[in-house]
Amino acid sequence: MKSKEKVIDQVIDKNVVLRTENMTMQFGGVVAVDNLHLTIREHQIVALIGPNGAGKTTAFNMITGVYTPSSGKIFLQGEDITGVSPDKITRRGVARTFQNIRLFKDLTVFENIIIAKHFSMKSNVFSATLRFPGAIREEKRMREESEALLERMGLADVRNDVASSLPYGQQRHLEIARALATNPNLLLLDEPAAGMNPQETEDLTASIMQIRKDFNLTVFLIEHHMDLVMEISDRIYVLDFGQTIGKGSPAEIQNNQRVVEAYLGVDDDAEN
Amino acid sequence: MKDKKKRNIICTIILVIVVIALINFANTNLDAYVVRILNLCAIYTIIGLSMNLINGFTGLFSLGQAGFMAIGAYTVAIFTLPLDMRSTVYYMEPMNAAIANIHLDFVPALILGGIFAGIAAFLIGAPVLRLRGDYLAIATLGFSEIIRILLTNWQSVTNGALGINKIPDNANNMWWSFGISIIVLVLISLLIRSSYGRVFKAIREDDIAAEAMGINLFKHKVMSFVIGGFFAGIGGGLYASLLGTVDPKQFYFTLTYNFLLIIVLGGMGSISGTVIASFIVTGGLEILRGFDEPLVIGGYEISLFRPGFSMVIFSVLLMVIVLFYRKGLMGRTELSWDRLFNFFAKIKAKFSPKTAKEGGAK
Repeated sequence: MKSKEKVIDQVIDKNVVLRTENMTMQFGGVVAVDNLHLTIREHQIVALIGPNGAGKTTAFNMITGVYTPSSGKIFLQGEDITGVSPDKITRRGVARTFQNIRLFKDLTVFENIIIAKHFSMKSNVFSATLRFPGAIREEKRMREESEALLERMGLADVRNDVASSLPYGQQRHLEIARALATNPNLLLLDEPAAGMNPQETEDLTASIMQIRKDFNLTVFLIEHHMDLVMEISDRIYVLDFGQTIGKGSPAEIQNNQRVVEAYLGVDDDAEN
Repeated sequence: MKDKKKRNIICTIILVIVVIALINFANTNLDAYVVRILNLCAIYTIIGLSMNLINGFTGLFSLGQAGFMAIGAYTVAIFTLPLDMRSTVYYMEPMNAAIANIHLDFVPALILGGIFAGIAAFLIGAPVLRLRGDYLAIATLGFSEIIRILLTNWQSVTNGALGINKIPDNANNMWWSFGISIIVLVLISLLIRSSYGRVFKAIREDDIAAEAMGINLFKHKVMSFVIGGFFAGIGGGLYASLLGTVDPKQFYFTLTYNFLLIIVLGGMGSISGTVIASFIVTGGLEILRGFDEPLVIGGYEISLFRPGFSMVIFSVLLMVIVLFYRKGLMGRTELSWDRLFNFFAKIKAKFSPKTAKEGGAK
C-alpha cells in the first residue's frame, strides 16, 4: 500500500526538486521557523523574503543540513533528507552560498574552486600522496573542470590571487562559482546582492538568470533587494517572525495586503 | 617560464648533492657531540612537521605530540632491545612473556611504532573530533599524561620508572636520521599539495564552508590527526634510538611545547619554516645551555647564571617572536627557488638601482 502511495506521489510531483512539510525550528522558546511548506519546482527561481530575523537563513540552514528541524520533513527529489549531514546534502546536489561570505580566505581563487571538486575524488589519501596513476588522472580532471569553470565565470584572470584580496563583489561572485563547482541541481543563495550597489545588483540579476540557463539549475534565494527579487522570481515566499505570511507570484505578493503591511509597505514609505 | 623551470631543477640537483656531501662530511669529520645535535635537529624536524600538519595545516589544536612520540619511542625500545640483554634491563620484573621473545629490526620497529601512535591518534580523535572547537587540545593534553602514567606503571612491558636503556644506536648516524626526515619531508609536502592537503587547508580556513562543499569534516580531520600521529611516532622511535635510553620522565607534556615553539617560530602552515625552526630551536637550546652554568667574572659570581636561566631567556625570545613576528619566520609561505632568486634580486636592486633595471629586463 505504502509503496503504491509513494509511486503516485512521485508521479504527481515529478518536477518538484525540493519540498518541505511543516518544517519547524525551535530554539528554546523561540520559534524561528514555524510550519514552513515549500514547493520548489525544477528550473524555477524561488525567493524567500522577509524582514530581518524572520527565519530565512534558519530555513536555509535546515535545508542544507546545518540544523535538524525540530519537526517536519524535507524532501529532495522525493527522498527524505531530514537530518542528513551538510556534506551529504551537498553531494546530493544542493549547493549554497553564505550571507556573510565564507570563502577560504587565505587560499587562491583556483584552490577555492578545486576544493569543491574534492568529494568526487575516489582515490584514497595514500594514492593521492604517492601520485598513483589513478590519482593523477583524477587531479587532472578536477583541474580541467575548475579551469573551465573559472573561465566561464570570468575569474580566470584572478585565478592565482588570494581570495581575501578580491574586491567585495568579486568575492560574492567567487562564492557562487565555488558553489557551482559542486555540480548542483539546486543552488541556494543567501543574500547574494547584500552590500552591492545598483549596478552590481543588476549585473548579478543577469548573472543568476544566465547561470540558471547554462547549468540547468533550480535557484532558491534569500534577498532584500526587491527589484532583483521581483524581476527574477517565479515564486516568492514571505516569512515574518517565522510565519509564512504570503506565497505566490511576484504580482500576487505585491498585491497581498498582509505582505504589504508587514514588509513592502515600509519599503514604499521609505521611497516616498 | 621554461628557463626558470630549468634553473629550478638544476638548483635542486645541486642542493641534493650539497646536502649529501654535507651529511657525508659531518658524519665522518665532526665530533660526536655536534653530530648528535644535528641528528636531534633532524628528528625534531620530523615531529615538528607532524605537528604542523595537524595544527598548522588542518587548524586542529593538538597538544599530544609528546604522547605519540612516547608510543613510537617505547615501541622501538622494546622491540629492538637485543634478546640477551632483556633480562639485565628488566631486572625488577621480567618482561611480559608475550613479547619477551619478539625482536624486530630497526626499520620494522620504527614503522610499528608509527602505526601504534596512529592507532592511538584514531582512538582519541574519533570521539573528540566530532565536536567543533578546541576540545582536542584538552583531550590530547590528557592523553599525553595517560600515556606517561601507563609507561610508569606497566612494569612488565615498559620497565616502569626505570625506563629502558641499552637501546641499539641506529639514529645516531646522520644517514638514518636525515634520510628518514627527508623522506617524511617529501611525503608531507606531497600530501599537502594533493587534493587532501587542499581539503585540510580548507577545513582550517572555514570548516562550515568546507562542509558545505561536500567535505566530510570528521573523516578528514581524523585522517590528518592520524597521519600526524603516525609521523610523530616515527620521530619518537628515532629519538629513542638516538638517546639509547627511554624513561617516562622524558615524555612530560612540556616536551610538546618544544614542537609548539618550532611550528610557531617557523610559521603555522609552512613546511620550510618548520625545518628552519627545528634547527634554530634545537641548536638554540644547546647554545643557551651555557647560561645554566655558573659564570664567574673577576672573582664575582653572577647570580643569574644557574640551572633554569636558559629557559628564562628562551621564554623571553618566544615572547619577542609572538609580539613582533606573529606569523613566524615564514608565515604560511614556503621557500622556493623563485622566491629566493627574487629576494636576491631585490637586495641587488637596493644596492645598485641602475643595474637592477637591466637585470629585470633580462
